Parts: sequence; C-alpha cells; structure tokens
Amino acid sequence: MTDAAAPTRETDPLGVSPVAAAMKASLHGDRIYHVLTTAFAAAVPLLLLLIAISIGLAAWPALSLAGLSFITASEWDVAAGQFGAAPAIYGTLVSSAIALVLATPLALGVSIFLSEIAPKWLRQPVGFLVDLLAAIPSVVYGLWGIFVLIPLMRDPVGPFLRETLGLAKTPMFSGPNYGYSMLAAGVILAIMILPFISAVTREVLLAVPRSQREAALALGATRWEMIRDAVLPFARSGIIGGIILGLGRALGETMAVTMLIGNRPEISASLFAPGYTMASLIANEFSEATSDMHLSALMAVGAVLFVVTLIVNAIARWLVWRVTKGAR
Amino acid sequence: MRVEDAEAEAAWPRKATAEEMPEPRKDADTQPAPAVSIREPVPEAPGQPEQPVHPRLATHRLNAYFGEVRAVRNATVEFPDRQVTAVIGPSGCGKSTLLRCLNRMHETVPGAGVEGDVTLDGSSIYRGGSSAIGVRRNIGMVFQRPTPFPTMSVRDNVASGLRILGRGGPSRSEADGIVEDSLTRAGLWDEVKDRLRESAIALSGGQQQRLCIARALATKPRVLLLDEPTASLDPLSTQTIEELVYELRTAIAVVIVTHNMQQAARVSDRTAFMLGGELIEVAATKTLFTNPSDSRTEAYVTGRFG
Amino acid sequence: MSRRRRQAQSVMMISMTYAAAAIATLPLLLILLHLLREGAAFIRPGFFTEMPMPVGEDGGGMANAIVGTLILVGVASVIGLPIGIGAGMYLAERRGAPFATAVRFLSDVLNGLPSIVLGIFAWEFLVRPFGGFSAMAGGLALGAMMIPLVTRTTEEMIRLVPVSLREAALALGYTRWRTSMTIVLRTALPGIVTGALVAIARIAGETAPLLFTALGNQFWSTSLDEPIAALPLQIFSYAISPYDTAHAQAWAGALVLIAIVLVISLIARYATRSRFGLGGD
Repeated sequence: MTDAAAPTRETDPLGVSPVAAAMKASLHGDRIYHVLTTAFAAAVPLLLLLIAISIGLAAWPALSLAGLSFITASEWDVAAGQFGAAPAIYGTLVSSAIALVLATPLALGVSIFLSEIAPKWLRQPVGFLVDLLAAIPSVVYGLWGIFVLIPLMRDPVGPFLRETLGLAKTPMFSGPNYGYSMLAAGVILAIMILPFISAVTREVLLAVPRSQREAALALGATRWEMIRDAVLPFARSGIIGGIILGLGRALGETMAVTMLIGNRPEISASLFAPGYTMASLIANEFSEATSDMHLSALMAVGAVLFVVTLIVNAIARWLVWRVTKGAR
Repeated sequence: MRVEDAEAEAAWPRKATAEEMPEPRKDADTQPAPAVSIREPVPEAPGQPEQPVHPRLATHRLNAYFGEVRAVRNATVEFPDRQVTAVIGPSGCGKSTLLRCLNRMHETVPGAGVEGDVTLDGSSIYRGGSSAIGVRRNIGMVFQRPTPFPTMSVRDNVASGLRILGRGGPSRSEADGIVEDSLTRAGLWDEVKDRLRESAIALSGGQQQRLCIARALATKPRVLLLDEPTASLDPLSTQTIEELVYELRTAIAVVIVTHNMQQAARVSDRTAFMLGGELIEVAATKTLFTNPSDSRTEAYVTGRFG
Repeated sequence: MSRRRRQAQSVMMISMTYAAAAIATLPLLLILLHLLREGAAFIRPGFFTEMPMPVGEDGGGMANAIVGTLILVGVASVIGLPIGIGAGMYLAERRGAPFATAVRFLSDVLNGLPSIVLGIFAWEFLVRPFGGFSAMAGGLALGAMMIPLVTRTTEEMIRLVPVSLREAALALGYTRWRTSMTIVLRTALPGIVTGALVAIARIAGETAPLLFTALGNQFWSTSLDEPIAALPLQIFSYAISPYDTAHAQAWAGALVLIAIVLVISLIARYATRSRFGLGGD
C-alpha cells in the first residue's frame, strides 16, 4: 500500500513520462454534449419561427386579398366569400374583458389570502384546489358550461341582472337571453384564468421582502394597511404581469368558449347575445371549410391571434421578470 | 482516451488488503486538540521510508485571476511527496484559489484565469496536452463541506471515481476491494461496512467528509488536496479527520488549506503562509510557527491580525 | 381615520379575502360534483373495452378514444421530453449567456401561445403536405406544447442541485457531460419527472390542436399515419350532439379524463420522491 505512489513508476523505457500520459483525457464527449444541448435549446426559437412561418404561409392568400381591411371588415359571410374578422376580434376582446373583470379581484383576493392571511393549515389545501382549476381540461369546462352554467345564465342570472338590478334598459343587458352568450363565455374564461393570475400573483407577493412588511407594521399600520401600502405597491408590476398573462390565456382559449359563446359572427352591444371569438371561429368552421379561401381566411384569423398573444405574453413576461429577478 | 485507459490499468496493479493497511491510529498521542499549544511537528513519521523527499507538485510563478482581480500573485512553491503541507492565511488571502489551481478546479469558475505553471512529478498539468479531466484523476480534492452524491449509496459514492474509467477501470469485484481499501484508509470501514447499500446522506457530517476522502483516495491519486476539510464539522469529527490526514502522509502528498493555525500545527510537516495573494513564507511547520523569518508571518502566527 | 375605524376596515378587507378564497374554490367543487353525479352512473367495465355505438344508441364505450389518447400522449412525450429536458439542461448550465436568456424568454412566450395556434402549425406542417389527418400530427402539436413546460421545470430543478456536487464530480475527474448526466441530472431527476408528469397531465386533456391534426376516429386505429380517436375529442362531439345518450357518454368520458389528469397530477405531487432525495441543508 505504501508504495502506491512510489517514484519507481515515474520512469519509463520510452522516455515519455507516465504522469504526462495519465493527465491526458479525451474531451470529445464534452463537445458532443455541448453541441447536443445547444441544439435542443435552439429548438425552442426554431419552433417559434416555424410556427410563425407556417401560419404566415397558410394565412397569406386571404391576407393578401383583403389587406388591412381583413381586421376591420365586419362581414363574415362564407357563402358570399366575404371574410371580415372584426366580429371575432370584437368577441375576443369583450369575452376576455369580462373574464378579467371577474377574475382579477378574485385572484388578487385569493393570492393575498394565501400569501399573507391564511392560517398555515389552510394554505396548502386551498392553494392546491385553486391550482387544480388549471388542471381541468378546457373541454370539461365546456361540458360543464353547457349543462350547468348555461341553464344558470337563463335563470337566475339573466333575470337577476335585468329585473333585480334594473339593468334591462342598458344596451349591455338587452335582447333575448338564450344562455349561450358572450357573458357565459366570459364567466367560464374567468374561472379558467383565475389559477394562472393567482399563481403569478402569489409568487410575486412572496418575493416582497420581509423588511418591507415589518417596516409598515412598526409604523403602526393595521394588517390591511400593511398589505395595501407596503406589499401591493412593491409587487404591482408583477401583479399586472400576472393579469396580462391571464389575458393571454383568455384571448386564445378555444374549446370551452366554442361550446358556450353561441358562435354567431355579429357585433352586438348586448352581453346576452351570442358571438364569436377568433379561436372559436377557427375551431367551429375549420371542419366545414371547403373552399381554399375560407380555409385561408380562418388561418388569417389564427395569424392575428398569434400576433396578439405573442405581444401580450412578451409584455407580461417582461413585467413579471422585472419584479421576481430582484428576489432570486 | 486509450492512453488514459492504459494508464488507469497500470494504476491498479496492487490490491492492498486490509492487513497491509497501516492501523488507524487509535492512541491519543495525536492530542485532543488543545487550545493553542503547537505540537512537535513530526520530522520522522512512523514507517516513513528513508528515501529523499522530492517535490511531487510544484508551482512556478503562478498567477490566478478572477476576471481582472489577481487572487494569487507569483506563487512558487513545492509540495513534497509523503508530507503534509498546510497553507494558512487570513480569509481572502488566496489560499483556496491557490489550492484550486493545483488540480485545475479554478478554471471551472466563469471568468477565471491562470498564468505560470504547475507541475506534477515534473510534467506540466496545464501544458503538453494535459487535460483538466486527466489532471483531476491524478490529484484528488476534498471540499469544505461534505459532498456525498445524494443519489448514490455509500459504496457507489466511493466507487464513483472508478466507474468513469470505463473498460480500463477495475471490475466490479476489484472495485469492491478498492472500496473496502479506501474506506479503511479513511477510517470509516468499521462504521459503514454494514451500511454500504444505504444512502450516503444518511451518514453524519463527519462520516460524510471521511466518505469524501475515501472517494478521493479510491482513484489512487498522487496528491490529495484538502480545502478546509473540517470547517463545517464538530470538534470530535475534526479530530478524527486530523488523525486521518496525519496517517495519509505515509503514502501520499497532502496539501491542506486551513484557517485554523492550530490545525496546521497539528497535522502538517511544512506550512505556507499567504497574505494578499502572495506567498510570504514557506518553511517547516515548527520553524514557521516558532521562528518565522518574515515579520508579517510572525504577526499572523502570534495572533496580531487575521 | 380613527384607530377603531382603521381596525374595522382591516378586518373587513381580510374577511373579503376569505370570501374570495371560498368563491374561487367553489367552481372546482361544483364541477367535480357534477362530474361524479352525471358521469359515475355510466362508468362500467364495458366503457373501457367497448367501441362507441352509433350516435343516439345506448351503450358502447370509449376504448378507442382512451387508447388513442395514450398513443397521442406517447408520441408527444417522445418529441417533447428529450427536447425540453435538453434545453432545460442548457439553460441551467449557461445561466447568464445571452442566448440562454433569449431561449428562456422565448420558451415562456411559446408557453403562452394558444394551443389552437400549435394545432394550425402541425396542420400546415404534417397534415396539409402529406394529405391527411394523422396521430403523428396530433402528437407533434401536443409535443410542441410540452417543450416549454418541460424546459422550465428542468431548468429550475437542475438549479436546485448544489454547485458543490458538480464541483465534487469534476474534482474526481468526471468530464462535464458525465457530471451533468450522472450526477446533476440524476440528482434533479425526481423534480424533472414531476415536471414531465405535470406537462403530460396538461396535454392529455387538450382538444383544440387535435381538431386540426388527429381529427378523431369512430373506429379502432392505432396507426400513426391515420386519424385517431382521443378522449377529449370524443367528449366534445358528444357534448354538442343533441342526444341525451351522447350527453351521458360525454359526462362519463369527462369523468374518466379528469380522473386520468388528477391521478397523474397527484402522482406528480406525492409519489416521485426518490429513495435518495436531495439532503437537507
């Protein structure tokens, strides 16, 4: 044992020191590894590029024919060969707006509850249930919506809004109430985006330094004042990022909306009226699109959706990143 | 790859059995760590052969950088075979960086750079086709905190350095022998021989650190580098490790970085003092602590700063 | 404002967050309740082994759709897992590199794209040029959805592995790739498996991209170049049909789908802790 490192090993008949030989090692494996992981990483931007190209190609015939009027024209008449995306764009914006109005305060409340207020034993189960909302497939929301939410919209929600709250005269709540409507789509979207907004908001709130809270409490603030004056302002741009992230989800959500919005290409002021969103228009008409121009017009709607969600997501990620990078 | 495999094979000629191993010192003459007293350095360790001491590892005008910051300045020092060399100095003096240059771990830090040279038995570890991987297989290292691989059993941890040798490495049964051998040398065999299949992180901190030493010894390195190996351990584990280091010097060159002067005095034959990235003085441990030639060394060892 | 009024305001706002938590969990409980009430009655062994009956007739099952969903998820995993894990390893190891920052950002953006957009992409790429809907195209669309999900969890899990472990392996003479594969990846594996399961649970219920790719199939098919049935597609077509028997089938299918998704999620949460996890420190 003691001769394990004896100097006798250092002599070599060929005159090449075995030490020098022992210190050589091949690095081919490292080079291959580096090239492979880089290639996998490059797959992400490449995939995004391919998505952009493929949608651009599919949309080109319709877009080149209609030009900018594609997004401003409000006639979507397949038989007449008229393809104006304005009703779908309008429906997308309105349903997403309803979703945000309903989901934002709830998500904020839940996040504040989970990060600041809830007793320890409640945090895990409530957090888990809220997260679970994100795991439910869109088509299951749609199914539930058709058989539970839509009947509820006809009665009691519709009459409650019109008669009890006396909103029947306002254009937003006028017209017949079939249940299938912009409002139903907005409600289901609100439930669906709630977990996304809440997840980001919770993460951002937890990133607020403890010192920030303690300083407020030391000044004699109540618990709510501490949250309002010390925690929320610190997390503000991250919370906005989370809301915009939720908006991105709502804009592109397809199945549940397709099943509940009524699918009619009209612009109506009433939230009880059926409508279309970009995603539901594509999903609903794709299988019956027989002419090349109809297909291309649907793809052009997809292209608009792609660009809009790309921008919305980029803004949201940037906002969230700005807040959480300091905490890491 | 081939060259290195052949050499790896050559590194396994002997399967030392447990009987050949020097008995772990159980007698208390290594002292239970008194407060300040400097132990008589050991000019003649028991069983040390009479061959002349020659440098295993040597640095030549070594400079180490983190970006623009020069952490080690013009260090030229020799680390003799079969001796323990301690490197001491205040925090941030560059002693760990110097150590990490000795097996090319320094360059794993982004922005790190090295000038000058380090030789192992006369061959440069930076030039002449030496690769960092090959260098590290010949110069083992143990870190400040124990770093057992959490996904591996005790046995697999010790054998982990052998497995990477592939076909040139030992067979499974040979590896089992080497595992026992290395654990015995690290003074851990008796404690873990019935727990070889258990997770390594189930061991205590001191046991984990000795496991890491066993893991480093398993590949039969020519030099063992220890970077403050007891900094995260309790006094009892520290004493065990110190006794182990004392034993290792009968077979291998050891370099130990420590911020603890008593430890340096207890375990080392030679001590190097660093300050502000510079090597101030290198001498026999007793000389350096009792009769330093540089006033800065004297100030440090007498506790006037640091 | 007086101290007392401020206190009252505080109590009120805090109560409102309790209310928000209650309202937010209500839909989930309602959905699960209805699924059980409407669906459970129609779950019988034949549901898993029999083929669907013609629309409007009683009985039949969703054997083809269940198998189809498994095949689609399998194809998607073959595409999405290696690319996602590889990209995640790259991101974790080159933290600060500009390319890594760009990939990380684009991966998040990709994650936010509507699934229907990925369906259009797979349609344009695999369906249109090759003249037919196919399981392969469906798998590609779902696999593309998995990539950003797996990439980010892999990166985060690898970052949790202490640098000291990587250093220890390098100091033993491990090459970088061996260090990454046998030490770092192995240590992070339980978390990466969890991430992969979460991604699978998420795509298993996806419907929109399949409208353009897998299309659905009333018959038995396991071929990758033919249209293939899928549980979510089947639920969709039954849900919008006018027949009560079809609705009952839709509820039963949804119950099965949600059971699959929830079981995978729960496994991801609890059962992937390895024998040798990361030590506490």
